Amino acid sequence: MQSNLISDAVSSQRRSEKRRWSVIGILLIILVCSFILDVATGPSLLNVKNVANALLNLIGFPVEVDPTTKVIVASLRLPIAIMAVVVGGVLGVGGAEMQTLLNNSMASPYTLGMAAAAGFGAALMLYFGSLGIDTNIAVPLGAFVCCMLAATFLFALATMRHISSGQLILAGIALLFLFQSLLSLVQFVSSPELSQQILFWLFGSLSKASWTNLIIIISVTVVCMAFLIRDAWKLTALRLGEERAKSLGVNITQLRLRTLLIVAIMTATVTSFVGIIGFVGIVAPNIAKMLVGEDQRFFLPLSFIIGAFLLSSASVLSKVIVPGALFPIGIVTAIIGVPFFFWLILGKRR
Amino acid sequence: MLQVTHLNVVLDELVLAKNMSFTLEPGKVNVIIGPNGTGKSTLLKTLFGDIQAKSGEISFANQTLQRKQLSQWRKQFGYMPQDIRLDVELSVLEVVLLGQLNTLGFRLDDTVIEEALTALDKIGLLHLANRDVNKLSGGQCQMILFAQALMRKPKILMLDEPVSALDLHFQHVLLDHLDTQTKQQDWITVMVLHDLNLAAQYADNLLVLKDGQLIASGHPSDILNPALVKAVYNVDADVTKDASGVPFVRTIRRHTTTSTHVENTKQRVFNPTAEFLI
Repeated sequence: MQSNLISDAVSSQRRSEKRRWSVIGILLIILVCSFILDVATGPSLLNVKNVANALLNLIGFPVEVDPTTKVIVASLRLPIAIMAVVVGGVLGVGGAEMQTLLNNSMASPYTLGMAAAAGFGAALMLYFGSLGIDTNIAVPLGAFVCCMLAATFLFALATMRHISSGQLILAGIALLFLFQSLLSLVQFVSSPELSQQILFWLFGSLSKASWTNLIIIISVTVVCMAFLIRDAWKLTALRLGEERAKSLGVNITQLRLRTLLIVAIMTATVTSFVGIIGFVGIVAPNIAKMLVGEDQRFFLPLSFIIGAFLLSSASVLSKVIVPGALFPIGIVTAIIGVPFFFWLILGKRR
Repeated sequence: MLQVTHLNVVLDELVLAKNMSFTLEPGKVNVIIGPNGTGKSTLLKTLFGDIQAKSGEISFANQTLQRKQLSQWRKQFGYMPQDIRLDVELSVLEVVLLGQLNTLGFRLDDTVIEEALTALDKIGLLHLANRDVNKLSGGQCQMILFAQALMRKPKILMLDEPVSALDLHFQHVLLDHLDTQTKQQDWITVMVLHDLNLAAQYADNLLVLKDGQLIASGHPSDILNPALVKAVYNVDADVTKDASGVPFVRTIRRHTTTSTHVENTKQRVFNPTAEFLI
């Protein structure tokens, strides 16, 4: 009798796992659709079917395809579309892990000043004329270094024994203000042309996507994700509260540092290539949490997929809002993000 | 045997353990009692290695607690902290599963899940397995966290006020289960309780703490008496014994304003309760 009840409960757990995998599957399909749409939209209007064929052809399926479409897809559209997916995914995961680590659903690398620090680094590089290095290398490098600098400060705090998550968030917000002021300072002392250049970098843009950049970003992402997934259960345990996680044998200080380092590297890498893109980091994990809960085995991949979807669809929108012109994607994400954010906040009141 | 010798713990200049020495034996339920803020939780945290002692030694099975081998030390412990809030989107089963954190893989085996469910079944909460923990009552959360602590298959089990949110029924379910398991598995069980009568019923060994000092220890029937209750809590009480020799503490309401008790420690010159009653 009792064993029946237990096997019932086992299968009900399996059903719940299956349900969550199908949620992930469905969102993956939606992501693929928005990805194809992203490849299909642009100045030279391509037909969705031809684009789909070109994509199939590129991944090795023997499909007939128009050569011009194939060239446009392969060399122009595809890198940008993939960039949107990877960057969105990374921002989603970065937010998810920050929220887990700091036990606060409003935390993200953006709100903790990491993005602002990257912006400052990029601005500084532009101001100093890239220090004689190629701008395409110098600016991302400056952004990466400054972002890691902000993260290092947070690490230093996180290693202190009796610092709470709340204090860490406050320190992060203070950093956000500090780097924003420094950024304004650089803009203030720059010439109008330079200031505008900085501004455009800050808007965030996927248009600098190239296969080389992509290889860097994808490699970093794969390695970082592997580390995070390895810690999946520990991160889940962390959500029970730090003291309880400790009681379950989690080394909190180590886990904090490791996760913070991984998130910092991921954020710094993507931010240095695409500029500042807000809101994905906060919104994506919150939606993922609603759909599959906080078991990191599901929460982590879904945060990635939703982040990827948000940025991919923002990329589509950025191309269709003003036909023929590319609207800065950083602006689009915030504009879709804000109503969404309100909906989330109000929804939570129930 | 868990052995504590000459333990001194000082936190923020507050002495929470003063030259404390005691030994806890396997297969025994040890209950710590004492007034609020007297160092009970601190003592548990110190045993767990979460708070560093100023001096003294803690050892178990030929192993001494050292900061370098903390994770090794902690493997032997099941520890249930006082805080029972569970504000997280996880199911009851998932929370219990986390008790076995170190053995969980990305895919869960049926056996692991069954084990967690059996643990829930034993405390009568199998029906909650698939519910969200953030929709449960405080008492239900506490029972679930108890199941989680047991999942670690500890050699030493420490519980900080494990029945604080439980109704009468579940207080006894938890404590009975704890008692049987302690004896069957030969655990060293240490828990903090506030209810002297529960302590009297379930303790094999009672440790009485006051102002960081171990002022009495032994079997409840040997040490629980009106003088002890008065000395520790500044409350008058009758202590009677039932047919099986278990002490029963009945406190006596204070009517008079002549309470003369003045605590003789520096930290607590002002006693709000006493002042209020005057």
